[in-house]
Amino acid sequence: MIRAKINGISLRVPEGATILEAAEKVQIKIPVLCKHPDLPPTAACGICIVKLKGMNKMLRACCTPIEEGMEIITHDPEIVEVRRSVIELILSKHPNECLSCGRNRNCELQKLAGDFGINEQSFPQYLADIPADNSTKSLVLEPRKCISCGRCVHVCQQMQNVWALSFLERGFDTRISPAGDIQLADSPCVKCGQCSAHCPTGAIFEYDETGKVWELLQDENKYCIVQIAPAVRVAVGEWFGFKSGANTTRKLYAALRRMGFRAVFDTNFGADLTIVEEAHEFVHRFTKEPTKLPLITSCCPAWVDFMEKFYPDMVDHFSSCKSPHQMVGALSKTYYAQKQRLDPSKIVVVSIMPCTAKKHEISRDREMFASGHQDVDISLTTRELARMIKQAGIDFPNLPEEDADHMLGEYSGAGTIFGMTGGVMEAALRTAYDYVTGGKLKNVDFENVRGLQGVKEGTIPVGSHEVKVAVAHGLSNVEYVLNKVREAKKNDRVPPYHFIEVMACPGGCVGGGGQPYGVTDAVRNQRGDGLYEDDREHKIRYSHENPFVKKLYKEFLGEPRSEKVHHLLHTTYRPMPEYKR
Amino acid sequence: MSTTPTIILIKDTRLAGVDTTRDVQNVFEKCLKEAGIESHVQAVRAADMGVYERGVVVKLLPQNVFYGNVKDEDVSLIVNKTLKKGELVEHLALRNLPSQVRVVLRNCGVINPESMEEYIQEKGYEGLRKCLLHLTPAQVIDEMKKSGLRGRGGAGFPTWMKWNLARSSVAEQKYVICNGDEGDPGAYMDRSVLEGDPHSVIEGMIIAGYAIGASKGFFYIRAEYPLAVERIHLAIKQAYEGGFLGQNILGTKFSFDLDVRLGAGAFVCGEETALMASIEGKRGTPRPRPPFPTQAGLWEKPTIINNVETLANVPVIFQRGGDWFSAIGTEKSKGTKVFAITGKVKNSGLVEIPMGITMREIVYGIGGGAADGKKVLAVQTGGPSGGVIPESHFDTPVSYEHLQELGSIMGSGGMIVMDEDDCMIDIVKFYLGFCVEESCGKCAPCRIGGYQMLKLLEKISEGNGTDQDVASIKRIAKAMQKASLCALGQTAPNPVLSTLRYFEDEYKQHIGDKKCRAGKCGKLLQYRIMPDKCKKCRLCQLKCPSNAVVGDKEKGYEVVQAKCVKCGVCYEVCKFEAVERI
Repeated sequence: MIRAKINGISLRVPEGATILEAAEKVQIKIPVLCKHPDLPPTAACGICIVKLKGMNKMLRACCTPIEEGMEIITHDPEIVEVRRSVIELILSKHPNECLSCGRNRNCELQKLAGDFGINEQSFPQYLADIPADNSTKSLVLEPRKCISCGRCVHVCQQMQNVWALSFLERGFDTRISPAGDIQLADSPCVKCGQCSAHCPTGAIFEYDETGKVWELLQDENKYCIVQIAPAVRVAVGEWFGFKSGANTTRKLYAALRRMGFRAVFDTNFGADLTIVEEAHEFVHRFTKEPTKLPLITSCCPAWVDFMEKFYPDMVDHFSSCKSPHQMVGALSKTYYAQKQRLDPSKIVVVSIMPCTAKKHEISRDREMFASGHQDVDISLTTRELARMIKQAGIDFPNLPEEDADHMLGEYSGAGTIFGMTGGVMEAALRTAYDYVTGGKLKNVDFENVRGLQGVKEGTIPVGSHEVKVAVAHGLSNVEYVLNKVREAKKNDRVPPYHFIEVMACPGGCVGGGGQPYGVTDAVRNQRGDGLYEDDREHKIRYSHENPFVKKLYKEFLGEPRSEKVHHLLHTTYRPMPEYKR
Repeated sequence: MSTTPTIILIKDTRLAGVDTTRDVQNVFEKCLKEAGIESHVQAVRAADMGVYERGVVVKLLPQNVFYGNVKDEDVSLIVNKTLKKGELVEHLALRNLPSQVRVVLRNCGVINPESMEEYIQEKGYEGLRKCLLHLTPAQVIDEMKKSGLRGRGGAGFPTWMKWNLARSSVAEQKYVICNGDEGDPGAYMDRSVLEGDPHSVIEGMIIAGYAIGASKGFFYIRAEYPLAVERIHLAIKQAYEGGFLGQNILGTKFSFDLDVRLGAGAFVCGEETALMASIEGKRGTPRPRPPFPTQAGLWEKPTIINNVETLANVPVIFQRGGDWFSAIGTEKSKGTKVFAITGKVKNSGLVEIPMGITMREIVYGIGGGAADGKKVLAVQTGGPSGGVIPESHFDTPVSYEHLQELGSIMGSGGMIVMDEDDCMIDIVKFYLGFCVEESCGKCAPCRIGGYQMLKLLEKISEGNGTDQDVASIKRIAKAMQKASLCALGQTAPNPVLSTLRYFEDEYKQHIGDKKCRAGKCGKLLQYRIMPDKCKKCRLCQLKCPSNAVVGDKEKGYEVVQAKCVKCGVCYEVCKFEAVERI
C-alpha cells in the first residue's frame, strides 16, 4: 500500500493506483473527458491535470500512478482556470449544435461545459469541414463533432481488434476515419458499435431510424410488430431512473403497445428456437460429423461479419442458425401471418436490439428475406427505443406491467440469458444434455461459462461424453481461441474444442454497442445479474420445453432441421478473404 | 618542393545551391598530377568544418591552412604556391575563424569520415576499449557522473542518471537509441556530427549499451539526412568488420548490435516516446510518462534515448577522463555545447563553445555581430521551443540554468540572431506556425491552443489585434504549458511569452499604433505617393494590380488605401523614389 495526501486528506491506496482512482476513494471528483472508466487512459484531453505540492508542472491524474508521500492538489484557482481554458479550446473546434444533436443532454462535453459554467465563447470557432460518413446503415461518423479523445480508435483497434478506425492527418487537422480515408462501409468495420457506445460526443452515432418507425406506426395500412432482445430489458431502465440490471420486460411490453405496435413479441422466444436448432445441430455434429467440430455460435452479427472477414477458413464451423430476431421476423411474416390471416406484405417487423450491427444484418443477404419479404424491417437500438418512449410521453417507471403476445412472445429462462456472455453456450448445453442423455441436469447453472473473463474454457460432462467448450467475448479475445483451432487443423490434430461461443462485444449483448452509455464491467455484471435472475424466476429453464416452441414445430415447422426450418431459420456465410491483416 | 604527405579537405559551404565539391576535387587531382605530387597528396570531400557561407572551402592538413571562396582557377595557385613552395595564397586565406573548444566536433573536418582507420588514429575506440577491458558497467556510469554530462537534446537531464535508471531496470532485453531526429529550424549540429564523425556516435552507443546492459541499439535518423544515413551505415559496417560491434566485442563477453531506422520528418518524433512509437511502426504520437523509457521503453523494454551530440561526447570522456571533461563549463553545465549560429550575423556556422561563456562572446566575438553594421536585437535559442533573449541580457552565461531563467532553453543548439530589421511578431508567427504544423494532434491544448494562438498573432500582425487578444494569448499559453502532454506543446508558447516579456512594446505598436517597426507585417504597411517627387509618369498606376492608384497627369496620383493590397509594386517600379512605404 502507498500512502499519500490529496487536498490534505491522507489516504492509502494499492500500488499502481492512479491519482484519479485515489481521488475517487476520498470523494474527490477530478473532471475527465477523454478517460472512460471502461478504457485505459489515452491522456489526450488534458483536463484531469493536478498539481504536486511544490512542483510547477501539472500532471495528468488519469495516467499518473500515485507514489509514496505524494501531496496532490486537485483543485485550486490556477488548475480550474487551466481546465476551463482547455474546455473552451475544445469547444472552439466543436460545433454549437447541441440542440440538434443526438447526444443532447447526454453528451460528456456538454456536461463538462455546463459544470464549468461556460456561458460565453472566448475563442473564435474553427470547424473542420468534413462531411458525415453515412455509408453504413448502422453507424454515422461525424468527424466535425469529434474531439479526438481517441476512445473509438482504442476500442476499434485494441478492444475489438478490427482496425477500421484510426487517426488521419496531424495537428489541428487530426480526424478519425477508416485508414486510407475510405468510407466506413468499405472498411473492415463490423458495425459492433462499441465506438458509438464509448464516444463522449455525437461524433459516432447509431444510424437513427426512430422517425421511420413513427411514420410506419401511423400508417393504417401497416401492421407493426415489435420484438425485444434479451439484453434490452435489463438496460433500458437506466435512462428512466432504474438501476443497471433492473428487469423492465413487462413495462417494455406495455410501453411498446402504447406506442402503437399491434403485436409485441420477444426475441427471447427466438432465442429458445435458436437453441433447439443449434442444440440439434451440435448433437448431430458431435455424434455423426465430428470433423465439422467445433461448432461456433452465429447469433452475433458483428461476430459473423468479423469471421467472414478475418477467419474465412472457419466458415464451415459456423452454426447455420439465424440469429433469434431474424427467426422471429421470418415467423412473424409466415406462421403468425397465416394464423392471424394477415397479409405479410403489410406486416412491419421492428426489432429492439442492444446492437448496431443488427441494423446491418437485417438486409445482409437474400436469406434475410426468407418469408418472401424482408423478415425484419427495421432494427432499433436500446438507446433509440429509450428516446422513443420519452417522445411518446410515457411515464415508464410507473407504467402498469403487461404480458407479451402469445405465439412468439413466451420464453424460457434459457432464452433470456442469451444476452450475457456464456449464455448461449449455457442454454445450448442444457438442451443438448437432454438430447444426448435423455435426462435432466441436476443443476442447470453452468457457472464456469459465466463471468467477464475474456476467454472461458471448460469441459462439461454430458452423459458419458465430455464436451470441451470455449467462450470468448470482445473480438480481441477471439484470436486466442480460433488460432488454437487453426493450429490443430493445420497439423491434422483434433481441435481442442467441441463448441465455441463468441460475442463481439465485451460482456456479450449486455455490453452491446447500442446499449445506454457509460458501460463498465460493473454495469455489464449488473445487467447480466438481471438476466440470470430472470432465468431463475422462470419455471421452464430449457429452451426445448417452451410450450410455444413445441407448438410451433407441431403446427408449422415440422421437425427440427427439416427443409422448411432450413429455409426459414438457417442461413449461409460468405468468406471474404480479401480482408487481410 | 613539399614532400609532407598532405590531405586536402574540400567542402562547399554555401547553405543553398549546388555542391561543386566533386568538380573542385577533380581539378585538384588534375593539378596534382601535373605537379607530379599526386602520390603523397590526397584531395577528399570533407564533412562539416565549422565554416559556412565561404563558398568552396579548402583545408590543408597538416599545414592547417584554410582557404575560402576557392574557384577552379585558384586550384593551380594553391598547388603551386602552398603545396610546392609553402607560401600562403593571401587573397584566399581565411583568418580569424572562431576560436572554439572542439570536443564534440574534434574530428569533424579533420578526419575522413568514411575511414575508420583515421578515426582510430585519432584515438577512436580507445574509450570503448578502456570501458570494456578495465571498467565495470557501474564504473562506467560513475565516470559519466564525474563528467557531469547532461543531455544535449534540450532538456539537460544528467546522462549518467538516465543510464543508471536503465541499468537498474531488470530485463532480458534493453535498448539504446540514438536520437538523430534533429528538426529545429536552422539547426544542423547533429547532422554535422553524423556526417563528419559517425564512429564517435557509434562508440558512444556501444559504451552506453555496455553500461546499461543492452545488446541492441537503434539509430533514429531523419530521412532528410541522406548523407548522414549513408555514412552511419558505412561506419556500422566498418565497426562490425573491426570487431567493435557484434558478438564478443574486443574478446569480451559483451555483444552489441546496431541498426538504423529512418524518421519520416515529423518534428514530434524527436520526443522520446513518439520516437519509440515510430520505431515500433506506430503513429508517432507521445504517450504519458511514467512509465519512463528507462523502465518500459521500446517494445516495453528498458531503453535509453540519447541525442547525437550527447553520445559523441562519451568516447572523449573515457579517453581523457570525467575530471578532464568536468573542468570545462560551469558548475552545473559541464563540457561544451555546439550551436548553429544563423540569421543576421556576419559569421554564421557551427560553433562549439565551452559552457559558461556569454551570449555576447558568441554573437559578437565568434559571430562578428550583425551583418551590414545593423544593430543586433536579440537571439533565439532552443528553436521553436525556446525563446528570444534580448541584447540587454547578452552578458548572461550560456548554460542550462541561465537560459531557462531568461525564459528560453538551451535546446539542441539552434541560435538565430535577429537584427533591427526583424519584427518580433513576425518571428513568433514563424516559430509558432512551425509548432502548429508539427503538432501531432493527440492532445487538445497543443492541437487547438497552438492554432488559436497563431490566429490571434495573425490578427495582431494584420492590425486587427486588441488588448483582449493579448490576454487570450497569455491564457492559451498557460493552458498549453500546463496541460499539453509532451514538451512540444508545453514549450510551443515560449517564443510568444518571451517576446511578450522583452518586446511588449512591439505588440503595443502593432495593436495600438497599427505599425510594424521593421516593416515585416505587410498588412500594416502603407504606400503613399509623394507629390513633390512624383513626375506623373503614371507607371505606378499602370502596374498596380488592384487599381488602387487614382488620379491623372493634371492633379497627380495617390494611393487609395482601401483598395491597396500592399503588394509593393508601385514602390518597386517608381524610378523617382516618389513612393514611400510607411
